[in-house]
This record gives sequence, C-alpha cells and structure tokens, in this order.
Amino acid sequence: MAEEVSRKPYVRAMTWRWIFRHPRYVRYMARELSCLFIGGWTLLMVWGLKQLAEGPAAWAAFLEGLQSPASIAFHVLALAFAVYHSATWFRLTPKALPLQLGEEFVADAAISGAHFAAWAALSLAVLYLAGAF
Amino acid sequence: MAISSKPIVWGPFAAGGTLTAFITPALILLTLLAALGHAPDLLAYDRLHAFAGHGLARLGVAGAVFLSLWSAAHRLRITCYDLGLRADAVVATIVYAGALAGTGAAVLYLARI
Repeated sequence: MAEEVSRKPYVRAMTWRWIFRHPRYVRYMARELSCLFIGGWTLLMVWGLKQLAEGPAAWAAFLEGLQSPASIAFHVLALAFAVYHSATWFRLTPKALPLQLGEEFVADAAISGAHFAAWAALSLAVLYLAGAF
Repeated sequence: MAISSKPIVWGPFAAGGTLTAFITPALILLTLLAALGHAPDLLAYDRLHAFAGHGLARLGVAGAVFLSLWSAAHRLRITCYDLGLRADAVVATIVYAGALAGTGAAVLYLARI
C-alpha cells in the first residue's frame, strides 16, 4: 500500500561526511578505526609467527624489518589507537557491567577505576615478564 | 521464537574487545621497542621459540589471535556500514573470513614451531 502511494520515495544519500558534523562523531570514528590498527598489528604478529617457525635467520629478518621508518610510524599510531580503544572500553564498563550490592549500585567510577587499575597492573606484568625493563 | 545468530558473532567481539583492551597496548609497546632497536629479552629467537613451543602458550597465542582478529573484523564491518557501505552480507563474509584465515595461518605456523 505504502509503496503504491509514494512511487518515488526519498532516499537520503548516506555518505561518510556525517563524521565531521560533531566532535562526538569524530571520537566515535576514532574509536572504531582502532580496529584497523589492532587487526593490522595482529596480522603483523601472525607474519612474525611464520618467520619464527622458519628459523633464526628469518626471525632476524623480521626484527630487522620492524625497524623501518614505516614500521615505526605504524607502531606509534597503533599504540595510540590501542590505548584509545582501552580507555573507551573501560569507560563503558559501568554501563556494560552494572554491579549492585544490596540496595545500592556500585559507583560508575569504582567499576571503571578497577578496570583501569587492572589494566595498569597487567601491562606492567607483561612488560616486566617480557624483560622490557 | 526467532533464532538469532547475533550472540555467536557478538560474543567473540566482546571477549576480543576486552582482551585487546587489557593486553594489546603493552604488547604493541614490546614490538615498538623492537622497532626502535631495543628489542626486549622475550623477542630473542631462542627465548621466543622456546615460549611458543610450549603447549599452553600456543593455545593462548592462537586464542588471542582469534579474539583480536574477530573483534577487529566485527568493528570493521560495523564501521563500513556507518560509512555508507550497505552491502553488509558481503562485508561480513569478507571480514569474518579474513579473521578465520588469519587464525588458521597462526595455528599452522604455531604447529611448525
């Protein structure tokens, strides 16, 4: 019925320009684009596994390749986007995991704060166990 | 009642998002140090080879690769839709297949170590 009445329905063109209409949309897109860097870095590590399986020479070539300017630039960007993903993810935890104790809900800041603290502890543990310091 | 495949897609996305939030920045920092010529001890061939040869570590690495790739794939799919690319079935097939292929490759290489 509706189709018969409006023979030429107005379809609003969907473009990518809406991103820049509000700073909130830009932040949202920055968060979403973190997937390119996290996914890309993970694929780079899969390539590293291949080189590791091939032997010491192939692994040395992989480490050598990591030192190219393009790789350094990618790593700096990837680190920034990964940290942004973590921050946005943990800031959302009070919405995703509301915690009720008795009559009261645990404060949002306590829930996300606990996640940020666990993130810091885990990161330090990873860096320490890997011998970064 | 309608049966939805959403939880199957969304479960690994949420798990992967949480995993990458907790450990990926620290792991990227490790390879960034290597890129800057200060590779941490773990990235020395003998140590990493021994680590990756351990059964439990292999399982952990394969699982982390799967969850990281899957959550990135899911986010990329949603982002493509947001950017006006409305061929969702095609995009979904490509990104999820890519995540599975990457995981398969990781499992294959881990088995060779």
